[in-house]
This record gives sequence, structure tokens and C-alpha cells, in this order.
Amino acid sequence: MPLIAKSQSMFFEAPLALQSGASIRAYHLAYETYGTLNADKSNAVLICHALNASHHVAGVYEGQEKSEGWWDNMIGPGKPVDTQRFFVIGVNNLGSCFGSTGPMHAHPDTGEIYGADFPVVTVEDWVDAQARLLDALGIQTLAAVMGGSLGGMQALSWTLRYPSRVAHAVVVASAPNLTAENIAFNEVARRAIVTDPDFHGGHFYKHGVVPQRGLRIARMIGHITYLSDDVMNEKFGRELRDAVTHNASGYRYTTQDIEFQIESYLRYQGDKFSEYFDANTYLLITRALDYFDPARTVGGNLTTALGQATCKFLLVSFTTDWRFSPARSREMVRALLDNKRDVSYAEIDAPHGHDAFLLDDARYMHVVRSYFDNIAKALANGVRA
Amino acid sequence: MSEHVNLNAIARLVPEGSRVLDLGCGDGALLDYLQKNRQCTGYGVEIDDHNIQACIQRGVNVIQLNLDEGLAMFADQSFDVVLQIDTLQHLRNAEVMLRETVRVGRTGILAFPNFAHWPNRMSILTGRMPVTKRLPYEWYDTPNIRVGTYADFAQLAAKNNLNILDSFGLQEGQEVRTWPNLMAGTAVFKLQRSR
Repeated sequence: MPLIAKSQSMFFEAPLALQSGASIRAYHLAYETYGTLNADKSNAVLICHALNASHHVAGVYEGQEKSEGWWDNMIGPGKPVDTQRFFVIGVNNLGSCFGSTGPMHAHPDTGEIYGADFPVVTVEDWVDAQARLLDALGIQTLAAVMGGSLGGMQALSWTLRYPSRVAHAVVVASAPNLTAENIAFNEVARRAIVTDPDFHGGHFYKHGVVPQRGLRIARMIGHITYLSDDVMNEKFGRELRDAVTHNASGYRYTTQDIEFQIESYLRYQGDKFSEYFDANTYLLITRALDYFDPARTVGGNLTTALGQATCKFLLVSFTTDWRFSPARSREMVRALLDNKRDVSYAEIDAPHGHDAFLLDDARYMHVVRSYFDNIAKALANGVRA
Repeated sequence: MSEHVNLNAIARLVPEGSRVLDLGCGDGALLDYLQKNRQCTGYGVEIDDHNIQACIQRGVNVIQLNLDEGLAMFADQSFDVVLQIDTLQHLRNAEVMLRETVRVGRTGILAFPNFAHWPNRMSILTGRMPVTKRLPYEWYDTPNIRVGTYADFAQLAAKNNLNILDSFGLQEGQEVRTWPNLMAGTAVFKLQRSR
């Protein structure tokens, strides 16, 4: 019996003050919950999503096969994050394009579609919005907050902004800020979008077009950085498409055709993505990634920054992840050690690059399962573990 | 923690309430014991995936790290006690790690197989490398890449200008303080940097 997910929405009338100084009011947050909140409301786990994911974390929608949530291998009945023991919450972030208020929606005062005028939101803003959702759900304290990549940044930010509301943070394949190279990749993606003639300065909705070319290229470059060289070679190597190999000369000697399998794969990924993802959302979310840097206000000293956190931590990284490398996770571990915080760190030797955090790896799953088992045991004994 | 070294014999060397770093902590049994019985806090360091899982399962903090890459993650004198229990003999950079142990810890406690224990000497006399309960491997498949003796280690400590606070042998869980280099299968040293 698969877990049946049901998308819900919560409306917030009061303005939310944003890091930029702007504010946003009269917005919706789309969310899903799985499992049952216990009597003392101590078993809530918040899952934070990364760039292109949503509040649909686990389970399938009624009558829709193959609509599994993006972390369905990790979360559900009997899974490492067991929804028979935990009340799990997935929430779609502000500015996203999966149900929460975003650039494709109307400004409550003008009635105009936000488009490029949607306020720039940060990881901290998302966390504040998530905290409001928890308030509305009557949840004061999270047994755990968990996320991978950009989701891991939100989990980390939770421990700094609301230290008394978090008992455990699980931060997977993440970083305390982006490196210059990482910002550079984001900038290439953004330039691809904004230079697409169909972008219209972010107000493409009223022109009835979508900057799909830009989105495709943004997705292609993103995809390259989520994989490892080894995995790409193993999966595609220098293989040519059938249509090309059937040509007697081997190559077609064209510069425009799709000849290599990797080209075909990237174009397919780009096409698929450009069908459903919003261009302004892509700009907003990559900017939130660029800006995240909790040590920035304390002279770049991560130890000082993480001194705010009081919860226990589990960090996980993957050896072949070059976008959010193990070295970045180790920086966070070191800062937590300096603060004498409880922390465990697993560095999983997996070949799949950054994508590994979404894939099944027995060691990774086992580590997360063991960690959550202990949280559940402590809850059963009535301690805030 | 190795099954060869008596847990109690090591635990009693660790002052109550210490902040402990256990290098090569195995499945976390020693740290678990120290936390429960001696009110210690701390972390294990391990390279092996299964041991990482075992530690997390026990609720012992563990950091996955290759000790041959050093202890850069840990600040000077940030632990009361740094343990190397049956770890030294597996390290390529054993001397560097000895110095790192007393850099990071105010006190270092090391235990390792004493190659000069008399049954080993007997074996060598017959022309064969020892295979014993304490050293159960054949010479060609042993993970013990550093074979040294109680006496050798004392010399290495002196070379690195370390103060030996206590040292003895361990045999069948009992302290051996008479001729430990001959009479004990395990050497134990408690030391610190010279002030």
C-alpha cells in the first residue's frame, strides 16, 4: 500500500519581512504532511527542498502512478525517515513554481503578475516562512530538520535562526556557502535565461511565451555539475546515437546534429525541464544559493557563526560530489567541533557526484536510518533527544 | 576499539568527565562505555563504513576521516584525552600521528601490540614471524604495517620530546609493570607534550 500524498496550502496574510528589506504579504505556502503528529507534538521532521524540487517529498498522489515524491526512497513508511514514527512536513519555498506564491502569481496590491518584480528571497527568508507554517500547524519544536544541497543550507540556517526549535539537523551534500566556481555556474545559467529573447525582462507571462531556450541551457549546465566525470563516462562515454552509428562513415561531420549520446541526454533533460520550470524561479533560487553565507556577518568566521546552533548534527557528503564537495562539509564539521557540538559525519564513497544525495546507497541509507532510529528511541523514552 | 585490548584497562586511564577523541574508534564501544560510565563526551574518528554505521547506531558521535590525512580538522589542545587504541600499527604516518595526538589532546593514550612479547620472540627465534591471538595475521596479509615494541615506542616518545606520564603492559586484561617489554602482548603509554 503506497503512501498517498495530498498537497495542501496555507495562506498567510501578514507581511513577512525579507532580508532585502522588502516584504511579502498575502502569500500561500504549498505543503504536504505524512504520518501523525504525536500528542506532545514532538515528532515533527521538516524536509527542505533543493533547487528544482517541491513540497512533494514522499508518496504518490491518489490515482497517479509514478508521481513519487522526490525523496520517496528516503521518506515513507518503514523508510530511513519513517513516517510511521515521525510526522514529516514538506514545504514548497516562496518564489518556487510548485504551488507556493511565486513570480507567476499576482501581486496582492496591484493584481499584476509579479514576474521579475517578485522580491529576491534568501535561505533565511525561506526558513522564516517555514517557521510561520510550523506556527500555524501548532508545532513549536522539530525533532529534526533535514535537507540536501540547498535544502541542507536551509537545515543549517534553521539551527542558527531558531536554535531552540530544532533538536537535530541532518545536512546532506551541502556547504556553508558557495565557492566562486559554484556562483560562476549559476551565473552562466542565469545569463542563458535572461538573454533568451523570450525572457522579456522577466515579464514573459504577458507575452504568452516562455524562455525555454534559456531554461534548457541552464538545466544542461546544471546537470553536468550534478554528475561526476566517471558516472558520465560510464553511462555515455563516447557512444554515438544509433542514427549516427548506422551511418557508414561513423560520424556525420555536422556541427549542429546530436551525434553523441551525452548530447542527446542533456538535450532531453533540458527539454523536459523547460516544460515545467519557471524561468524567474530559476533566477531567484540560484541567487538564494549565491547569497547564503551565515559566516558573512561575523567576518567570515564559520566557527563563530555556528556557535548559534545548539542542536545535534549529522552531516553526510559524497566523495565524487565536486559541486558540494566533502571539503565543504568538513568545514562545517570543524566549526561544529570548535563549538563542542554533537556531530557525526559520514563521507560516502559513491560514484554519482552531487546527485548521490537523491540516490539509493545502502551505506547512506543505513546511516540516516540509524540516526533517525536514535531520535525515535529518545522520543519514545520521553526525552527531547 | 579492538577486541584485543581490555576496555576497562583503558577506560580507567581516562579521567571522569573528560572530553575525548578516539582515533580509530571502531564500533564506538569504548566511547559508549566512557560516556555511560565515566561521564565523558567526545567523538570517534573512523575510516570504515561499517564502523561509522555502528557508531551512529550506538549514538556515539563519529567523524569519517582517513587518519593518514592528519588531524587538521581538530584544534590544538581541544581535547582532554586523545586515544589511539590499536590504531598506531595501521598508520602509514605513525610518527606524525603521534605528534598530532598530543597536539590535539592534552593527554594521549596509546595501546598497540608489543612485538617483543616473549612468544613473538620465540617465534622469530624459530625463524618464523609470529602468528598469535594478539597478532593473528600471516606476514603477507597483516594490516599491521608498523610492528614495534614497548621499548621502541619509549624511544620514539623521547625522540619527539614527549613526557611519558605512565606506561605499562597489558596481558589478559591485567597490568604488567615488571618487564612489560617481555611479558605483555600489549603496550600502553599515557603521554603529553613537554611543557
